[in-house]
Amino acid sequence: MLLLQHAAEAAHDAGAAVQHAAAGADAHGAAFHPVLPWLILGLPLLGFVINGLAAIIAARRALPVVPPVGDPHWDHHHDDHAHAPQQVTYAAFAGAGHGHDAAEPSEQEGMDPGTRPNPADHAHDHAHAHDAHGHDAHGHDAHDDHGHAGGPKPWTHVLPSFVAPGVMIGAFVVAVLNFLAMRGAHEFEAIHGWEWFNVDNLRVGFDLLLDPLSMVMTLIITGVGSLIHIFSIGYMKEDPGYPRYMAYLNLFVFFMLILVLGASYPLMFVGWEGVGLCSYLLIGFWFREKANADAGKKAFIVNRVGDFGFLIAMFLLFANLGTLTFTEVMAAAPTQLAYGGAVVTAIALFFFLGATGKSAQIPLYIWLPDAMAGPTPVSALIHAATMVTAGVYLVVRSSVIFTMAPTASLLVALVGALTAFFAATIGLKQWDIKKVLAYSTVSQLGFMFAAVGMGAYVAGVFHLMTHAFFKACLFLGSGAVIHAMHGAFHATHNPADAQDMRNMGGLNKHLPVTFATMGIATLAIAGVPPFAGFFSKDEIIGAAWLGAEGHSAFSRGSLFGIPGTAVMGFVGGALSLAALMTAFYMGRMMIYTFFGRFRGTDVERDHLHEGDWTLTLPLIVLALLSTFGGFLNVEDVPIVNLFNFGQGTALHEWLHPVIAGSEDVIRNQFGEQGEAAHHAWPIILAVVIGLGGLALAWVLTSKRNDRVRTADVEPAYNGGMERTLYNKWYIDEFYDRVVVRPVGWLSRREWGFDRLLDGTVDMFGRTAQALGLWMGRVQTGHVNTYAFVLILGVLVLLGSFMAL
Amino acid sequence: MEHIPLSYTLGLSALLFSIGAAGVIIRRNAIVMFMCVELMLNAVNLAFVALSPTAGVQGQVFVFFVIAVAAAEAAVGLAIIISVFRHSESVDIKNFSLLRW
Repeated sequence: MLLLQHAAEAAHDAGAAVQHAAAGADAHGAAFHPVLPWLILGLPLLGFVINGLAAIIAARRALPVVPPVGDPHWDHHHDDHAHAPQQVTYAAFAGAGHGHDAAEPSEQEGMDPGTRPNPADHAHDHAHAHDAHGHDAHGHDAHDDHGHAGGPKPWTHVLPSFVAPGVMIGAFVVAVLNFLAMRGAHEFEAIHGWEWFNVDNLRVGFDLLLDPLSMVMTLIITGVGSLIHIFSIGYMKEDPGYPRYMAYLNLFVFFMLILVLGASYPLMFVGWEGVGLCSYLLIGFWFREKANADAGKKAFIVNRVGDFGFLIAMFLLFANLGTLTFTEVMAAAPTQLAYGGAVVTAIALFFFLGATGKSAQIPLYIWLPDAMAGPTPVSALIHAATMVTAGVYLVVRSSVIFTMAPTASLLVALVGALTAFFAATIGLKQWDIKKVLAYSTVSQLGFMFAAVGMGAYVAGVFHLMTHAFFKACLFLGSGAVIHAMHGAFHATHNPADAQDMRNMGGLNKHLPVTFATMGIATLAIAGVPPFAGFFSKDEIIGAAWLGAEGHSAFSRGSLFGIPGTAVMGFVGGALSLAALMTAFYMGRMMIYTFFGRFRGTDVERDHLHEGDWTLTLPLIVLALLSTFGGFLNVEDVPIVNLFNFGQGTALHEWLHPVIAGSEDVIRNQFGEQGEAAHHAWPIILAVVIGLGGLALAWVLTSKRNDRVRTADVEPAYNGGMERTLYNKWYIDEFYDRVVVRPVGWLSRREWGFDRLLDGTVDMFGRTAQALGLWMGRVQTGHVNTYAFVLILGVLVLLGSFMAL
Repeated sequence: MEHIPLSYTLGLSALLFSIGAAGVIIRRNAIVMFMCVELMLNAVNLAFVALSPTAGVQGQVFVFFVIAVAAAEAAVGLAIIISVFRHSESVDIKNFSLLRW
């Protein structure tokens, strides 16, 4: 009996009943019968297995020694035999990689051109490498104009192109079938898989919960995920690690689906850790470069801090409620825990700590910008559209708990708003196109947390969805730009950074599709109507203003003695400024990238061109979604009506069963909440902010765009504030001083103590060992000795018997 | 015919057993040790026989068992010794401490 709706109606509230009756009179009480739900999980897992086997086989097989990308030595080695020994070195290196350890394919790709142990090649690709950037186009060589393409590709590099997107599209189709079956349904039971563990009174099953919230998430993950898988074909197919990449990507989707479909916190945690693992693997995909491997480690370690919070919250939940299943927790929490009590506040805060890690919020956001070291489609899928939103999903999933802890919720809103503001300031002055988008992602995640912290759960999920559309579009667009830039630089052996906007400019003429789609996504993120971001962002900021006026139950709490209304007012202000800066830095990014003149050489300009259909098709689809996605939460839009959500036409009707428990908590606490009057001015303000930010960007940067020089001569910053922002407020340095170094110091101190402890423990072992060695001499191996001892024993026994 | 006193027989038995035991402990030649083991077995047999008039016929029956076991033991033991000899041209057991730790 795990019925979300049941939990809501158990409160036998007349208001709720009336609402439901109005919403879905024809299908009231209909149960939802899932269609092959395990297939949604199973297909990506199958893809992982197939691609993983291909990766292992590819790594074990002696791949033909392909020429390193852009290595001038190789290009001329036909007429310059002085380099022949170098060729032997490659072959030996490649051969050494596959003799051992079949279980670790990642160790065996000796042929990654970007990471070949060749100083000349390295210098060529990374002469201007700074920070931990990906420079990610260096795995592939689509525009091979030197005529040394290496013959037909082995099947291990062809198969993943079909398997990986295939399983994703299959999972998406199954998800859509389930979505169609869910319309009009009101009862959502957990789909029982098998018993996972059963200790004392802790029973956790491997069960799935397919309800409106997980449905939305599943559609985003499989839908946007399919597009990104398709994009990945064009972007990664030339990389020697291509099968391994696709295997990781499929595995990520599998874990992400476990995260959102799991019916209990422990199962969610499995997905939570699994996506963390895949994130680590994919950030450090080009692991032969230390910076990339370090970025992966950083992400993993920072997330450990958050995971600690998640675990503690689970322990607290179990200790107080005796269950960890979502539906049971949401049903039991209102009766067994005190509203605003210490326990529920602690649970909410620890969950939020977990969310700050996964979703890159203050203070644990630092890993996300470094995560751009991974391939760009990975940034789009994991570090923008899906995994980083897991924290928002967690809060919405635990909405009853957060609603019961108004103080914790206000903190969530405050942290979200501060993150949104703070990350936006850093985004203003980044030159790396992916860094801009990374800080933009952190900032937008801040918006989502501000929303869920203010109790505007639907607005949070709504922004999550629209953000998945436009940010995936922006990231894939940046991937297309980097792809083109890399190809151009490769043609001229230019060692410049293909991700630095100072090296770009004027790309709109050469990459028209990318320009148009990224332009649409920019309008969407800036909040220009009628694009998607406008609706979702406006809802969040509108919720803040309503809360500031006291129209929200969440504003009745207080945080550190500050009344909730003041906190929400601050949140509204911070978010408005963040939105202004968002529009500004996105406009700046577009101007530096696409407008003006191209800052490279003429030869390079001639090599700029759009990728094949696998690169452009996902961009176009995502641009369409960025354009129309906002109407999903608007009442009575004709097109959306076609979809017939059942409970109503808009997203907030669709999600109502999920947050009904939260509304019940408020109703029991404060009585019936009247519908707050919406003002017109926040909407006008939002439009002004969006257009104003873009206009400001045009006024302030278009002139400079004509003057700016390439990255090797143009300084990254002039003057104090620019410098501080370019260096990210020196937060990484601050953490290094305050956390990393003290911990390192402490570890070294502790190590001495550890040796003492170890020594004590080892002493017992050594004593036993020495004793054994010494006593072992008794065993001479000579029969005489044994006979003597035997007889001696008999005599002793006889003697003692006689003495008795 | 005068009976030999029981103590004489048992004394001889004890003497033979002690000689056998001493031989097993002291001697290094596998064949000699083997014969010493036989000596001990036969010392026991002698004690069984000597005691059977007073203790019952079971003693005599047991002697047959001992003889049968001794025969089997002789067969197996000599086979081992031959095999050992073929292996290392020696039956000095001080060379054979292979089963030590």
